[in-house]
Amino acid sequence: MTAGSGLSRLEGHDKVTGAARYAYEYPVEDVLYVWPVGATVASGTVTEVDSTAALADPEVVAVIDHTNAPRLLPAVTADELVLQSPTVAYRGQIVAAVVATTIEAAQEGAEQVLVRYVEHGHKVVLDPEDPDLEQPETTNAGFPGTSIKGDVDAALAAADVVVDTVYTTPAQHNNPMETVAIIARWDGERLLLHDSNQGPWAAATAFGMLWGIPPSQVDVVTEHVGGGFGSKVWPTAGAVVATVAARVTGRPCKLMLTRQQMYTMAPARTATRSRIRLGARSDGTLTAIDHDALQYSSVIHEFVEQTGSATRTMYASDNLRIRHRLARLNLPTPRVMRAPGKTPGMFALESAMDELAYALDLDPLALRLRNEPATEPASGLPFDGRHLVDCLQAGADKFGWASRDPTPGARRRGRWLFGTGLASAMYPVYQQGGKATARAEPDGTFDVWVAAVDIGTGSRTALWQAAVDALGVPPSQVSIHIGHSAYGQAALAGGSAGTASWGGAVRKACLELSRRVAEHGGAVPSDGLEVTADTAEDQLAPDRARHSYGAHFCAVRVDADTGQVRVDRLLGVFAHGHALNARTTHSQLLGGMVMGVSMALCEQTVVDPRLGLFVNHDLAQYHVATNADIRGLEAHSLERADDDVTLVGGKGIGELGIVGSAAAVANAVFHATGVRVRDLPITPERVRAR
Amino acid sequence: MTDQLRGDVVLRVNGEDRVVNLDNRSTLLDALREHLRLTGTKKGCDHGQCGACTVLVDGERANSCLLLAVAAEGREVTTVEGLADEDELHPLQRAFIAHDGFQCGYCTPGQLCSAIGMLAEVADGMPSWISADLTATPDLDDDEIRERMSGNLCRCGAYAGIVAAIREVADG
Repeated sequence: MTAGSGLSRLEGHDKVTGAARYAYEYPVEDVLYVWPVGATVASGTVTEVDSTAALADPEVVAVIDHTNAPRLLPAVTADELVLQSPTVAYRGQIVAAVVATTIEAAQEGAEQVLVRYVEHGHKVVLDPEDPDLEQPETTNAGFPGTSIKGDVDAALAAADVVVDTVYTTPAQHNNPMETVAIIARWDGERLLLHDSNQGPWAAATAFGMLWGIPPSQVDVVTEHVGGGFGSKVWPTAGAVVATVAARVTGRPCKLMLTRQQMYTMAPARTATRSRIRLGARSDGTLTAIDHDALQYSSVIHEFVEQTGSATRTMYASDNLRIRHRLARLNLPTPRVMRAPGKTPGMFALESAMDELAYALDLDPLALRLRNEPATEPASGLPFDGRHLVDCLQAGADKFGWASRDPTPGARRRGRWLFGTGLASAMYPVYQQGGKATARAEPDGTFDVWVAAVDIGTGSRTALWQAAVDALGVPPSQVSIHIGHSAYGQAALAGGSAGTASWGGAVRKACLELSRRVAEHGGAVPSDGLEVTADTAEDQLAPDRARHSYGAHFCAVRVDADTGQVRVDRLLGVFAHGHALNARTTHSQLLGGMVMGVSMALCEQTVVDPRLGLFVNHDLAQYHVATNADIRGLEAHSLERADDDVTLVGGKGIGELGIVGSAAAVANAVFHATGVRVRDLPITPERVRAR
Repeated sequence: MTDQLRGDVVLRVNGEDRVVNLDNRSTLLDALREHLRLTGTKKGCDHGQCGACTVLVDGERANSCLLLAVAAEGREVTTVEGLADEDELHPLQRAFIAHDGFQCGYCTPGQLCSAIGMLAEVADGMPSWISADLTATPDLDDDEIRERMSGNLCRCGAYAGIVAAIREVADG
């Protein structure tokens, strides 16, 4: 058995020696470089693209704009329909692209392109009083926009204690270390891509839709990906423009978005505003939960962050109301970022629960235990493995929560104020159908193919382990092949569902192959044996509520003079079911927690209302957690047999670690200082603004 | 681009002299990646903000995106491809694997070069911003490692593994 063991990554040697090849790094003869030009107005119409100066450089091969670009067909979002019209919906939208024989000439050429516009008025501020707010019927991932149980208003009116507060999270950018990168080449009507994405099959499908060709005519190789965090789930405008350039020039074209371009030519997480109202009896029993969530989308595509979706499932209440409203702004269409909906929504709910605990003079842990539901609050469905209480109690023990004095602002040593806080975490279980192929050779070796991708999660290694386990042969005889659309229909690395989905197909194919080999008395015929499995029919029935759970316990120190917050310790306990690989699972959980600390203390994309500009569009101004920001991290896994609900056991890991972690930090800051920061990030000036 | 804006540049990379005809505006990073096909060195921001492109220049860590290739002539450049001794990995490379000091791996070459440069700085007695005594021999505790490695961002959040790997090598 290899499953669950802490094997190091199969590609570890390649990654530490520089041999691992990412999308942009394949040698291609006669290649051209593409540099997109972004709009400098937030709303308007392009009246002229003057490429004279750019084309004067003999190294510039082409300048493409909406007048000479080939036609594309709608695929996933309107943002991908690059250079199809003169309309500008947001600042930074691609209005031209320069194609040149060197990077330097392409960049210089892009500076030389003159674009003229007629400007229209723009709206870029998320405003709860916006008269044009929409009430979407559904959110991302198919949740209802509005769901109501009982009579929330009556319950709030009758409650002993009411908390009524507003929490905001700013727009955030995924910022994978590798930006959007692609090499595109046309071979007749076949499109050949080396592309950085979160699912080569999905990329083939989406690019095929854009170009009006079947996915079988799109060949996508995605061997290694330098992080995604949601930004590479669907083709970005930046990636699409490379395929346009290759079409126009008839030559291979490569593009790597600059860090600055990533802020508008790749997606982000919407800003959110959550008004939470909690009603409770004096003993802490919740009687009403109301979550009114506001987020934005672009003016060209509706994307609704499922901000209130976690609130539907966390705590018992007879009266529960979740509403989503949507502003349409002149900003790029926001898309998913690690734990969409859950991350901003749980910051709000878990902060509000802490506020309620203080209002009731009750321990925040006890408040959560008191409101543990028997069935899922909004749906009434029975749970498959609800281990929130286990996580909270195990975390409390490991952290030493019992000895905590709840008084805010009461622990000072020198200039530092100390405090602790906790928050719950959850993430739903998703599993998608897909295909995998396993083949036995007469020499005793086995090959397994699945169009999976390893964006850093460790999926390559985990899938290999799943194959070895299912085949029941020595590991050295098994090879795993991922990262190529040609391996068949497969899930995305998204929704924490990648490894479970791909692993299910791998396991099914390998078990069937094993059976076939046994039928042959263990002797593989000279032409080998091959099985392709499809898990389309093996999906989870919608008759149960299935989620991973977790609990974060955080200790902070806050500089009493400057308001600077340091996280001294962040301990997480997670119930995610069986882990295929304990080592990479642990790293994923830690990585989520790091991003949670980063979100709590650093991350925000600032919009200039006058220019419609994401002002801080680079890593010097958009701060992410550095090594010096992170200390005292601990992640513990609780494996529970009734959590093994997917075809390979576990429930999904990648997003769980970030959910709730920012609330744990904010709650600890309140405990340290008595200052409740309801707007992320928790900057020094917000802590000082008593 | 006129010819006077191009020229032959001799770059000494990983102990080998390489002649390459470059646009004078080429950065060392683009020269490595696009012309010498040493793609182990990564581009993360191209502005010296993320550290993914860190290489060693005459043994000191440097952001190769902020160096013009022509300015690297006559310098000894070491990239991630030059860290291992034939098939024998550098101890830090082994330690990064052992401590899972990476996930996606894209910042890893820069982390490795940066860590080697950083350990050399410590050996030379260089203090960091958090060193209490600027003249004493640095005590490389975990906070010193974190501080000195904070020019190398890791979005996957593998910092704990990175510190553990460097700790192991620093302690011998």
